[in-house]
This record gives sequence, C-alpha cells and structure tokens, in this order.
Amino acid sequence: MSRASISLAILGAVLVALPFIVGNYALSVATLILYFAYTGQAWNVMMGFAGQLSLGHALYVGVGAYAAGALFFHYGIGPWAGLWLAILLCVALGLVIGFLAFRFAISGVYFALLTIAFAEFTRIGFDHLDWTGGPGGMFLRVAQRDTWDLANFRGPPLMYYYAMLFLAAGALALCFFLLRSKAGYYWQAIRENEEAAQALGINSFRWKMLAVAISSAMTAVSGVFFAFYYNNLFPEQIFHISRSIEIILGPVIGGVGTLFGPVLGAAVLTLLSDGITEALGALGWEIPGIKQVFYGVVLLAVVMFLPHGIWPTLARKLRL
Amino acid sequence: MPAADLVANVVVSGILTGLVYGLMALGLSVIFGVVRVVNFAHGEMMTIAMYAATVLFAAFKLDPFLAMLPIAAAFFVFGYALQAGLINPFITRPEHSQFMLLVAVAIILVNGLLMIFGPDARNVNVDYQLESFELGPLLIDKARLFAAMAAVVAAAGLFAFFKYSLTGKAIRACADNYLGAKVVGLNVKHLYALTFGLGAVCVAIAGCAMVLLVDVTPPLGPAYTLLAFVIVIVGGLGSMGGALLGGVLIGVSEALAGLFIAPSAKSMFSFGLLILVLLLRPQGLLGRRS
Repeated sequence: MSRASISLAILGAVLVALPFIVGNYALSVATLILYFAYTGQAWNVMMGFAGQLSLGHALYVGVGAYAAGALFFHYGIGPWAGLWLAILLCVALGLVIGFLAFRFAISGVYFALLTIAFAEFTRIGFDHLDWTGGPGGMFLRVAQRDTWDLANFRGPPLMYYYAMLFLAAGALALCFFLLRSKAGYYWQAIRENEEAAQALGINSFRWKMLAVAISSAMTAVSGVFFAFYYNNLFPEQIFHISRSIEIILGPVIGGVGTLFGPVLGAAVLTLLSDGITEALGALGWEIPGIKQVFYGVVLLAVVMFLPHGIWPTLARKLRL
Repeated sequence: MPAADLVANVVVSGILTGLVYGLMALGLSVIFGVVRVVNFAHGEMMTIAMYAATVLFAAFKLDPFLAMLPIAAAFFVFGYALQAGLINPFITRPEHSQFMLLVAVAIILVNGLLMIFGPDARNVNVDYQLESFELGPLLIDKARLFAAMAAVVAAAGLFAFFKYSLTGKAIRACADNYLGAKVVGLNVKHLYALTFGLGAVCVAIAGCAMVLLVDVTPPLGPAYTLLAFVIVIVGGLGSMGGALLGGVLIGVSEALAGLFIAPSAKSMFSFGLLILVLLLRPQGLLGRRS
C-alpha cells in the first residue's frame, strides 16, 4: 500500500476513535472542523472542478437549513424528509444561477458578483419572510440530548460528530471517484482550456451545470446539518457574506482543486481560530475584532507565500 | 400613495446622495478598469476615510470639506503603496488568489477599525447639517448639496486628468492594451500604482462627503464595497460617466424603495438590479463591450 493510503487509514482510525480520547469541548471543535471540511469540499467541486468562483455559497447552506428547518418547525417533518426538499431547492437554485451565468457567458469576477448578489438578495428576502420567522429567526425545538434519535437527528455531541465524520469522509470519497471518472477528466479539460475542450466535442455547458448541481446538493446537506445542530436560524447570520467567505477560506488555504486541501484548510483555520481565542483570552487582549485581524493576517500570509495552498507543499514534504 | 412633493424631495435627496456614491464608485471603476483587480477593500477604504474625518473633526474641529485635502493626500500615498507593494505581484495570479488577497486586506481593515473605534456609531456635527435651501416645494439639505457638489467637482477633475494630461492618457493606454503599453515603454507598474492612488483619492473625498450624511460604523465597509460594485456594473465598466450615472440611479432607487417598500429592503432592490444588468446588459448602461 502506498504511503498515502496508510496515512489516510491511520487518520481515519484516529478520527473514529477520537470521542474516546478527548472531551466534549474538543469533540465540538472537531465537529466544526469536519463541517467546514465538508462544506469546503462541496464548494471545491464548483471551483476546483468547474472553475467557477462562487462567493455566495452561504445561499445553499441557508436555503437548505431553512427548508428542512421550516418543515420541522411548521409540520414536524423530520430531517430525513426535509433533506430531500433542501437538496431539491438548492439544486434548482444552483441550476438557475448556473444557467444564467453560463448561457450569458458570465464568468470570473462577474460570476462571483452574481453569486454574491443572489446571496444578498436572499438574505434580505428572508429578513422579510415571516413564515420562516423573519429577522427574529427560527428556533427548532430541542427535545432531549441524551439518547440517539436518528429519525429526528437529535442526540448527544457524539452523534453529531459521527454524522459529520461520515459526511466528510463521504464527500472525500465522492470527490476521489469523481476526479477519476469521465466527468473528472472533462472538468479538468474545461478548467484548463474551455475552448480547446469544446473543440474536442465536450459540451462544457452540460458538465459545468453538473458540477454546479453536485456542489449545491452537497451544500444543501450541510445546511440541514446546520439547522439541526445549532437549532436556530437567522437570515442575517446564515446568508451573510462572511459565511460565504468562511466556506472558501478552508479550500483556499488548504489548496483549491485538491482532494485534501479543504480538509487540511478547515483544520488549520479552526484550530488557529480557537488557539488565537485562547491565547488572547490568556493575555487579556479581548478587544472585539482582534481575532479577525489575526485571521486576516494569516489569510494574507498564506495567499502571498503559499499561492497553491498548504496541502501541495505539505504533501511534497511528507512525500505522500 | 405619498404626496407628490414628498416623492420629489426623496428623489432629489436620492440624486444628491447618489452623486457621492457615484464618486466612490468612480474610484472603483478607475481601479477595476485599469488594473483589472477586484478591490474588495474599496468600501473599507471609504469607511477609513469617514473615520479619519470624524477624528480630525473631534480633534481640530476641522470641517470635513477642509479635511478632504490632508485625507486625500494620505490616501493617495496609501493607495500607491498598497498597489506597488502588495497587489502588483498578484496581477498574473489566478483570479481567486487576487480576490482572497483583497478579502484578507478588507478583513484586516474592517476589524482594525472595530478594534480602534469600537462598534458605536460616530459622526460629525456641523451647523449647516441642520439647514436647508428652499426651492419651491423642495427642501434641499445644505450638507447633502455641498457633498454632491464636492463629488461632482472631484469627478470633473478626474475626468479632465484622464482626458487632457499625458499621464492620464498613459493610464488609459495601459487599460486598453497592457502589452502595447509596455512595448511603447510605459512604466506600467508605476502607472498601476498611480491609478490605485487616484482611486483611493476618490474614496477619500467621497468618504469625507459621506460622513456629513450618515453615521459611520465598521460594518459600513463591506456594505459600501458591494454597493460600489453594483454601481460600477450597472453604470458600465470603463465609463466614468457611467459610474456617476449608476450612482445616481442606485441612490434614487434606494431612496424610492425606502419610501415605497421598507427601508430595510432598499439594498434588495440594488442587488436585483445588479442581477438584471449582469444578465441583460453586462457591459452596463454606458460601458463598452470589451
């Protein structure tokens, strides 16, 4: 077996055994890391595979979360059914945006601005939507937290951790197989040189739409998890552009278009963020905004000195 | 249905505010049109200018219109340094790298402001803010009118610079044909930095004017960045008149949306307009199809 497979197996074993090693707080941090790893991986499909920079991905998280949340809040329908509505809505939304963008030849910065516009439009729209609670937010009932209630997705932090681990591992596997499939090679061709790919007979529109659909569907699942994990949804928070930026920080720092980049980036960022919070608290420097300044500086440093992200350099160093 | 003179007043107010927005967007249009870099920190720079005006006012009772001079000068230097030092190496990098660079700068700026000034709103208090001119049924705020006039003068100055001066022509050459400009021997890196400096000056003047109209808080930064992009795209990239026209359009539509729908929904209208323009006329109202 190659070094890479062995390392991956060890990492997998550690992650599965983690709840028995660390306490609840560390477990919640780990869940957050896996959440960003999963969502970053979903975003990566659109960016790394279809080459379209989406700066409004919080749109899908929010729509997914609100769809499943609203069904549960108003009709008591559990998350497993709500999941399908969430995916349906998000894929439809993604396809609309994709269609508008690709048919009208909007790419690059214009596409990014289009995604931002859609996310902002939806944010303000939900602020005025009373059925989902408006700006005051939607709160989902939390029955109990001791036993595992998979039907309603309620349980102890352990359950959420394993759920997220399963999702993140699934996303990794999915991307692995996608990259090696016909779709993966078509996407690579389109990303490197769309016109040449079209000249070879690849229907770039169809394959780009597929990437958008997969990306938005995956992110919808993320939203459903978010709804049932945090149990409160506010338009100002969930659709905000800083959520969209959070989603892309992981892949950009870890390495856009790579398999392991989003995972590594999410880990680095969350641990750094937690570490900075602890350090600043210990030093007594608890000024609002100081943590984000450190964030920005780290981001700046990575973008300037490691343009392809941390993972490619790290992988070479470890000879994986 | 509100009375006609209320609507008229709201429209006039929207036009005047829109001219200040237009100046801010003009800075972005110049930067984006020439250097082709998405300045995600544009609104944050404007917010810094607004805070600088409040500081100078608090310390020296300096009227924001007078504060424009030192702040604009400082911003020119800052903009030049930012482009020359940080952004120039990134011109050849992929787009998402450029975005992230400026997003990082924006995060640092916004939260730096939060650290220094805290989340509470700040403003300036000059006498003429409470006075207005009467023109028939219209009641025009003095401060708003002066701010709009300053914006128009600054925009005219910039327009004249680009049309008549040699450096202005050189910058336009870089925008039109990067390789050609280099072949002819223009120092493109220096001209890019100059352009960013000029864009920063626009933002500085717009900020000093804006601080008379609204209270400043750190979250204004990202909001203005998005607004600037909406205006530039609606008005048309590469068109200076387009930036001003777009500004006025957005100013008026925001004012009317605030009057007819709800004040919190006014940005929704702007984003809807952006989506429409991107789809139907991506070169904007006055832009050229590239």
